[in-house]
Amino acid sequence: MDEPIRRHHWIVRVTHWATFILIFAMASSGLQIYRAYPRFGERGGPYFPNLFHNTAFPEWMRLGGWLAGGINWHFFFMWPLIGFGLLYIGYMIVSGEWKKLAFGPRDVKPALEMMKYYLRIRKDHPPQGKHNALQKGAYTGAVLLGVLSVLTGLAIYKPVQLAWLTAAFGGFQAARYWHFWAVWLFVAFTIVHVVMVFAVDPPSLRAMVTGRYRGRFPSDEP
Amino acid sequence: MSRNVGRRSFIVTAAAAFAAACGWDGGRTFRPVLSGVSRFNDWVSARIFSSTRRAPKYDPSERSRSFPAYHISAMTPTVDDIAAWRLEVGGLVRTPLSLSLDEIRAMESVTYTVKHHCVEGWSAIATWTGTPFRAVAERAGVLPEARYVRFDTFDRNYYNGWDLDSAYHPETILAYGFNGQDLRPDHGAPLRLYAPHKLGYKLTKYLTRVTFTDERPGGYWEDQGYPWFAGV
Repeated sequence: MDEPIRRHHWIVRVTHWATFILIFAMASSGLQIYRAYPRFGERGGPYFPNLFHNTAFPEWMRLGGWLAGGINWHFFFMWPLIGFGLLYIGYMIVSGEWKKLAFGPRDVKPALEMMKYYLRIRKDHPPQGKHNALQKGAYTGAVLLGVLSVLTGLAIYKPVQLAWLTAAFGGFQAARYWHFWAVWLFVAFTIVHVVMVFAVDPPSLRAMVTGRYRGRFPSDEP
Repeated sequence: MSRNVGRRSFIVTAAAAFAAACGWDGGRTFRPVLSGVSRFNDWVSARIFSSTRRAPKYDPSERSRSFPAYHISAMTPTVDDIAAWRLEVGGLVRTPLSLSLDEIRAMESVTYTVKHHCVEGWSAIATWTGTPFRAVAERAGVLPEARYVRFDTFDRNYYNGWDLDSAYHPETILAYGFNGQDLRPDHGAPLRLYAPHKLGYKLTKYLTRVTFTDERPGGYWEDQGYPWFAGV
């Protein structure tokens, strides 16, 4: 058996799982809040195109029981979410780990190569560091999505105090719209992420729990 | 292997807790924690945000085609005899007042076209006309120990409370005009509180009484769990 390698710092592991739970809590309390006005646009319309226009999400998806309950949960969980988010980003910067994760212009070509590999156009696994270029893109995107969620959330929370921010997102109703979109992008990310973990690299799940990685990548083969 | 079992039971427990928690408002145990955090958020909002920032203004041509109106009475509350209606101003003041609508209309007036933000998530643009709340407060001579103001109504037992900084904001008005006309009964006639920097449920309609106090008043919705400060 291969010697396990230390892969994830405890800060990464704790913030990973905490964020996972907190995003669920924020999304479910958010769907409770959405129920009170399940559409986007000023009163009287016109309304933004929205797959969930006037959708009443089922009770099991909603946290809070009623509007005030949803609001209070949402504004409770926002603190740990921001706290863990800042802890994670702070750790990435201080440790220099961000270099292994941040998607840059140089990752575009390797990302296309990875895509070819997954689509079976290319036979051999492209060489990679800790993460391949597609992973870098996904993880960088997830962090940016978190930032977008917080900023659109602030724009909805304080549209007068932070009128410039609300205007930057296209107004109050547009800020609600992007805030709502962020939920589905998180859901999509989570589904793809979990599928890839089990389909491509199951040992990485243990690594995210214990910190130790015992797997091998196809690119590691001699 | 024990680690695997531990992880599996953790995931199952977390999923079960999550499913059971949905629809839960916190219950008797956790609801006080949530309202404590809500009060903390109020405190943060009041400290890091300006109590004098003006709201963005709109052109009257941008007014919304519809503007919902809520009240808690079964029927729209109305005043039978407007000549007999008075706004009582009292509590921690030097000179308690009893103002008729004409007296209030004779005071300085402010008109603005702004966006209304409802806690439910809808928004609508309208033009409001009224007397700055501060002018009425100055006329009554608020005592220095006052820290809050309570608003009472003839819409059943609807009431709520404001901090004085928010109430003295230059755009906090006692409104009697809506979209260039007299305030309609569904919008709180004859007189309602209006401000573009608070959520709609703080903008008390059907006013009867203004009371300055040193104790924080609750509110009809606030007592049921809505955030108290509700500044936007």
